[in-house]
Amino acid sequence: MSYEYLSNVAFVTSVVVYALAMFAHAGEWAAARGVGVVEPVQERELVLAGAGGGGTRAGRSDVSAPAPLAEADAQRVEAFGRIGVALTLIGFLLSVGGLVLRGVAGGRAPWGNMFEFTTTAMVFVVGVHLVMVWRAGLRWLGLPVTLLAAVGNGLAVTVFYVAVAPLVPALHSVWFLIHIVAAAISGAAFNVGGLMSILYLLKKRAEERGTVRGYLALLPTSRRIDLLTYRFHAFAFPLWTFTVAAGAIWAEYAWGRYWGWDPKEVWALVTWVIYACYLHARATAGWRGSKAAAIAILGLASFWFNFVGINLLVSGLHSYAGV
Amino acid sequence: MTDTQVREPVPAPDVLPPDDGGRGGDDGNGRGGPGGGAEPPALGLRGGLRFVWTQLTSMRTALVLLFALAVAAVPGSLIPQTSISPVRVSEFLRDHRTLGPLYDRVGLFHVYTSAWFSAIYLLLFLSLVGCIIPRVATYARAVRARPPRTPRNLVRLPAYARAEVSPDDPAPAGPSAAGASPVLERAAQTLRRAHYRVDVREGSVAAERGYLREAGNLVFHISLLFVLLGIGVASLYGFRGSSVVVVGQGFANNLTQYDDFTAGAAFGDTDLQPFSLTLQKFDVAFETGDVQRGAARLFKAQVQVTDSPGAAPREATLEVNKPIQIGSTKVHLIGHGYAPRVTVTDGKGDVAFSGPAVFLPQDGNFTSAGAIDAPDARPERLGFEGFFLPTAVTNGTEAPTSAFPDAINPALFLNAWTGPPKVETGIPENVYSLDTAGMTEVKASSGQPYRIGLQPGQTVTLPDGQGTIRLDGWDRWVKLQVSDSPGVPIALVALAFAVLGLCLSLFVRPRRVWVRLTADGRAVEVGGLDRADARGGLSDDVAELAAELGGRPGSPGTAASSGTGPDESSADLAPAAVPGAAGPTSTPRKQ
Repeated sequence: MSYEYLSNVAFVTSVVVYALAMFAHAGEWAAARGVGVVEPVQERELVLAGAGGGGTRAGRSDVSAPAPLAEADAQRVEAFGRIGVALTLIGFLLSVGGLVLRGVAGGRAPWGNMFEFTTTAMVFVVGVHLVMVWRAGLRWLGLPVTLLAAVGNGLAVTVFYVAVAPLVPALHSVWFLIHIVAAAISGAAFNVGGLMSILYLLKKRAEERGTVRGYLALLPTSRRIDLLTYRFHAFAFPLWTFTVAAGAIWAEYAWGRYWGWDPKEVWALVTWVIYACYLHARATAGWRGSKAAAIAILGLASFWFNFVGINLLVSGLHSYAGV
Repeated sequence: MTDTQVREPVPAPDVLPPDDGGRGGDDGNGRGGPGGGAEPPALGLRGGLRFVWTQLTSMRTALVLLFALAVAAVPGSLIPQTSISPVRVSEFLRDHRTLGPLYDRVGLFHVYTSAWFSAIYLLLFLSLVGCIIPRVATYARAVRARPPRTPRNLVRLPAYARAEVSPDDPAPAGPSAAGASPVLERAAQTLRRAHYRVDVREGSVAAERGYLREAGNLVFHISLLFVLLGIGVASLYGFRGSSVVVVGQGFANNLTQYDDFTAGAAFGDTDLQPFSLTLQKFDVAFETGDVQRGAARLFKAQVQVTDSPGAAPREATLEVNKPIQIGSTKVHLIGHGYAPRVTVTDGKGDVAFSGPAVFLPQDGNFTSAGAIDAPDARPERLGFEGFFLPTAVTNGTEAPTSAFPDAINPALFLNAWTGPPKVETGIPENVYSLDTAGMTEVKASSGQPYRIGLQPGQTVTLPDGQGTIRLDGWDRWVKLQVSDSPGVPIALVALAFAVLGLCLSLFVRPRRVWVRLTADGRAVEVGGLDRADARGGLSDDVAELAAELGGRPGSPGTAASSGTGPDESSADLAPAAVPGAAGPTSTPRKQ
């Protein structure tokens, strides 16, 4: 019963639990299928009611007032949702435990390879999600987040898995911590932002066609989704800028040059440029809304290609430890 | 009067100046772009230039250029690049007879220095400059300006709240008595405490905050220019070279000692700092466990550095991630390998070659290829070519391979060549491979090439008394990279400013708040407008302020507040709820 073994057990279990959480959230969506077409909600009365709102402000205006939903259905939606969040929390704790045990087993920060990076990023994704559920009533993001977490950790334990091992000398640096943690956090925020962009496009399309029903009716208005999406990206973008800059500084120490157009560096820049496009598009007539959301999704695709595609398909200086 | 009312847009235009990354040419573009129906008549040269400039500095062009940059950067990551791996480029050219030359012609083997890639980023930076200059001017004016006048109709703002002024407030003054009202005084104080810039005039309070947003935006974009400047300086004045140094040997920093060397256009040979160093020891460790067997675990070089001729030598440790710094020059450890130490005696019995010969690693287990050339051997000169295997394993009849990167069972496998003495031509030769022109391969009696296999301490005598070769042992060598990148500190500082500016521009959330007493002086009106998307809680804050001014702080429900329209949710959404409230220039505002 080594630490490594326990860590692996925790991660594999977390995949199962995330998958169950995903099913629960899917049940939540399915239970809401009876929700009909909804008029855009007015929240004026909410404002009237509360003049001294604190941090939970966002939670109140979250869910558009759905068309009359049968009491039984409403209860089922709520029940599935709560089960989903509870399972997500369990999966999260398992992942954190797995990560900590992995670090203990290796005697080092667990960020040395794709397996460790993926599981770390998923911890950040789910952690942010849970905080948002708690603070801002973001439960509607449960299905995509648990799907991402199940797929992410699932890929990690199957495709990316490598046994615990010490680091190669190129990783012996304080930048190892700085660069990779920054990448994981900004990556997590990009992922959540990307998921929101997808939901935004779905909701927006339904709103334009006047077919907002089912679970989409329980989502906030597309405008609010867009705003939240922007906030996630606005948080992630400076951090990603920092990640790339820190990577350049580290590259100088480790490889003797700041920037060498290594495939990973190229795609980090491509990702950065695409997200810069997103931020600019959001401030440009004719690009706001759906087009900007599409750019954000493109940025996420680029992020994933940089992470998975470049590591597995292209050989470069960022290839470590097999995968 | 009606005229004024009709012309007063919602909200008043001065309330919504361009903001948030709005580019100068944006509005003009949106209306009269090339796709617009009404093409302007002949522009003339001047007009044409202005048109091009407007186009170039528009946000849309910037977007297109950004996309183009992203797309243009991609091929360099998928097609081998000369600057990264010339070997793979030549392999690609060999394997793709038609595609290769085509790629070569459009610069796909050196994407990042190609004309088209440079054109994209230079245009992008030009567009950036064209965008920044007017915005700096605008910002300079805005910073000194007073907060905009209170709009006529506060109720039409994205957030609006109204509260009865409590009766115990001493006789509130009407709007005519500018600034005299204690309610307005209180409003001004409250807003000042909340770091608003406050202007009390004409019976109302106008307040604005979040000036740092645009400042951050400008700092970010200007910093990008400095990043480019730093990189430019580095590529003009910098140099980078590498040299292979065998343990026990030294390196002196002059051009003759480099195996490869590249420098910027403005770099002079005399700019090399005259230091020298001796490689005393090089420790390597590899993973011997089951997981990642053979992966590198330690590289550590012990060197003695003499910073300048005549200076006292100092000891230093050189590791990956820990370069040695000599002045502004840095010495990095970027590679290592094996150098078999051999002694070659010629047919006359004289030593024709003695010492380490650097072999280059070919794979992860350091199967190393190299050559030993003994041009001074007599009567025939001698040459050897083959492989050094740090951990040689023989697998049946196949050629031996190396099974581990460390020297556990080192062996040297060579073929030998002989030839008549050669005239010194002075033409540089590749020391890692043998030029066999004019030489004949030494054959065994069977007619097969004569194969030499050596372990340390062993000697092999060539047939027909042509000479002997002995493997005395092996040394390690390291590849040192010596480089100087002046200008990079500029880029790094600029990057730090860029990140800082970015944070300001994304996280500072400008807001405008106006407070006015109603005509009868019995109620106070508060209106609010967010000029950036990412802000929440406008309506709450406005309602709170109104309630507080009404004399009943914190008691919800006393202030009546509203958003603008029936189908616009307020609360968190206020900024986006009103067309144009989010600030950017381009919101369609049709009347």
